[in-house]
Amino acid sequence: MIRLEKRPSPSRAWTLATPVLAVVLTMIAGGILFAILGTNPFEAIRTIFWDPLFHEQFASFSRPQLLVKAGPLILIAIGLSMGFRAGIWNIGAEGQYIMGAIAGAAAGLAFHPSESALIYPLMVIAGALGGWAWAIIPAFLRTQFRTNEILVSLLLVYVAENILASAAVGWLRNPEGSGFPGSRNLAQWSSSANPELISGTGMHWGVVAAFIAVIFGYIVMSRHLLGFQIQLAGQAPRAARFAGVNPNRLIVLCLGISGGLAGLAGLFEVTGPAGQISIDFGSGYGFTAIIVAFLGRLHPVGILLAGLLMALTYIGGELAQFMLGLPAAAIQAFQGMLLFFLLGVDVLSNYRIRIGKTGVA
Amino acid sequence: MSDLLHVDGLTKAYPGVVANDAVSFSVAEGEVHALLGENGAGKSTLVKMIYGLVKPDRGTMTLRGEAYAPSEPRVARSSGVAMVFQHFSLFEALSVAENITLGMEDPPRPRALSHRIREVSHAYGLPLDPDRLVGELSAGERQRVEIIRCLLQDPKLLIMDEPTSVLTPQEVDILFTTLRKLSAEGTAILYISHKLEEIRSLCEAATILRLGKVVATCVPKEKSARELAEMMVGQTLHQPKAAGTQPGETVLTIESLTLPSETPFGTSLQNVSLELRRGEILGIGGVAGNGQDELLAALSGERLVPSDAILFGTAEIGATGPTERRRMGILSAPEERLGHAAAPDMSLTENGVLTATVRRGLANRGFVNWAKAKDFAEEVIRDFDVRTPGPGNAARSLSGGNLQKFVIGREVLQQPEVLVVNQPTWGVDASAAADIRQSLMDLAAQGAGVIVISQDLDELMEVADRFCALNGGRLTASRPTQGLTVDQIGLMLGGAHDMETAHV
Repeated sequence: MIRLEKRPSPSRAWTLATPVLAVVLTMIAGGILFAILGTNPFEAIRTIFWDPLFHEQFASFSRPQLLVKAGPLILIAIGLSMGFRAGIWNIGAEGQYIMGAIAGAAAGLAFHPSESALIYPLMVIAGALGGWAWAIIPAFLRTQFRTNEILVSLLLVYVAENILASAAVGWLRNPEGSGFPGSRNLAQWSSSANPELISGTGMHWGVVAAFIAVIFGYIVMSRHLLGFQIQLAGQAPRAARFAGVNPNRLIVLCLGISGGLAGLAGLFEVTGPAGQISIDFGSGYGFTAIIVAFLGRLHPVGILLAGLLMALTYIGGELAQFMLGLPAAAIQAFQGMLLFFLLGVDVLSNYRIRIGKTGVA
Repeated sequence: MSDLLHVDGLTKAYPGVVANDAVSFSVAEGEVHALLGENGAGKSTLVKMIYGLVKPDRGTMTLRGEAYAPSEPRVARSSGVAMVFQHFSLFEALSVAENITLGMEDPPRPRALSHRIREVSHAYGLPLDPDRLVGELSAGERQRVEIIRCLLQDPKLLIMDEPTSVLTPQEVDILFTTLRKLSAEGTAILYISHKLEEIRSLCEAATILRLGKVVATCVPKEKSARELAEMMVGQTLHQPKAAGTQPGETVLTIESLTLPSETPFGTSLQNVSLELRRGEILGIGGVAGNGQDELLAALSGERLVPSDAILFGTAEIGATGPTERRRMGILSAPEERLGHAAAPDMSLTENGVLTATVRRGLANRGFVNWAKAKDFAEEVIRDFDVRTPGPGNAARSLSGGNLQKFVIGREVLQQPEVLVVNQPTWGVDASAAADIRQSLMDLAAQGAGVIVISQDLDELMEVADRFCALNGGRLTASRPTQGLTVDQIGLMLGGAHDMETAHV
């Protein structure tokens, strides 16, 4: 008989060890899955986890993709994690990401074809404000009318997608693009370009911003009173009120910060890897970032690692489809296993497993 | 009398602490048996093992001579063991009968059940209307629901965990009459309490636990309350004594405060006025649920009121938030320790930051000084004898009494001008309670104004200079505690609900 027994305090050792254990378990279960599909499991695991970084032929292409993909995930997830810790559920980061990209691109394109050095900083600010404004809508409705921020922020994603479509085919369309949908290419206009900073690494300003956000998030959550209040409000709302935390202020702050960071991620994406406002600009980073935030245990360093791991399985998964002919569904199942094990073994940090006979008397 | 329940060598260890260490004792048929001990002595663990909620690591139990090892409460109930918990498990929005149905294995038809409830409740002098909503009942009446629920199962052994902590003196009398009648009919009662006088008047035998071990068994009637307490704590009790200082100028005033309840089953404050002077302790009595939580929320600043309804000296502070009030020196300690006064999963250091940031300078420009915060938590642990391995431990890992010492100590060490505490010694053992009361009196002697909200009348008589009572959200005028009799207090409290004694 196996029983779970709640620990008096969460175990620190297990909190650190569970992600590693989860990855190992995923490799074992995934290996069995791949073996059943007739693929050499060791080769498949190596293709997913190792080849994207170290394969002599493909690594030069896939290695930079790691940071390109992880950057926006981390940047968005850091913002989301603060709200999640406080029990404020911003599910609409995808919409804020899109609105940040549109606002930033529009602010820049208004000055096209100027070569001023001020244009890019202006676009960054506009991007952050665009995302912030989109997140403040659910914050305002929740504090004023007690609407549910989960629903409002989620539904605003679909509004943002329609605004994106109208911008791509209408008011932001490239006047020199012979009528094709999509804005001017921002990556090719020197004033608005967000280039790869160090060749062959995939490092661009968005990745820099993500690293800064990790440090910022770490300091706020572990050293600042705001971080303390966020955790308090999430864990014990009544104690937070007793301690003098204003719940409405926290809602506006947390939604505002997560929206602003999502907007920044969108801006850096549209000026760099994506290059232009197009109908299919929204690629799901805002939703995947929710998973990244939880995989990282809502902790900034954890999110950094989770973002990299998530990006790796995406890139490695594509590589495995392409090199080993594994079906896309098998790769998705594999990624699902990773999530399953990561969340499943988390129980060990709060509970201990007792194995033994039940009857004592 | 023959043994009903015999417990032999029960041992239960939790990580870091042995809650019960080879505990053995017996309860005879029809006996009222007391289980006495400090907080953390292992009483709760012991009864949980008897009720099948916790499984012992070692040891055996026999019930009426047969081996007894309940794997879950259902098994315990079918063997004739029932338990009334300290915290009620009732649904406020359901009726009495519906609540009782929920706890039964195969409930009878509603009409038959209602009839049974009326019958049993009258037979035992605990009148109860099966159709009333639990949300409308007083704490005492809610307890009756729990007791009736047990009695319908016809138990051989009834376990009661601190049953009188929520009752008025009159309600306590009714309960005792009921328990004596049950005992006379052959039902054994295992009675947990820290109120020594109650145990002396009610119980025929007592088992005393200290640090998980049985240290003594005795007949409580043959011992004085002081002797019992000393056996329990293993040291000589420190009796607090009123310092008798002259009250100074008025430090806190409430003027005609009316505050609607936030929840449908809460109590609205109605036209509450009081005046608190420096150097005095004002005791506010009353049965729980009569507006105590609301009054504390209004004073702590959790609920804001019109600014002229509360005065600090001459400053209007009704609309001032908790942080600003703390800066002024108005501190408070709510009744609910876990989740209100303290965050369960946070460490003691973090729980120190929860209220002491402003007055102890634990933050600099918004950044928490964790080293200083840890020092503060260690200071509270040391000065108030909080038993814990260290300030890094989570609040929920502490026993109730130890956490209460931490919560009170955290506020007292901030040197408040005004301190408001709700149920400061609820569930706290005798020696810790004496320490807490002493610290409150010391605080008043140093010139602070202290408001103690409590249901424990002995406590209020012991510490308070003036006494008033909350009843249905209204506050009576205050009277000096000198010369007040228990009967007068009972009348101030609004008396018992549906007073009636058992038809023996």
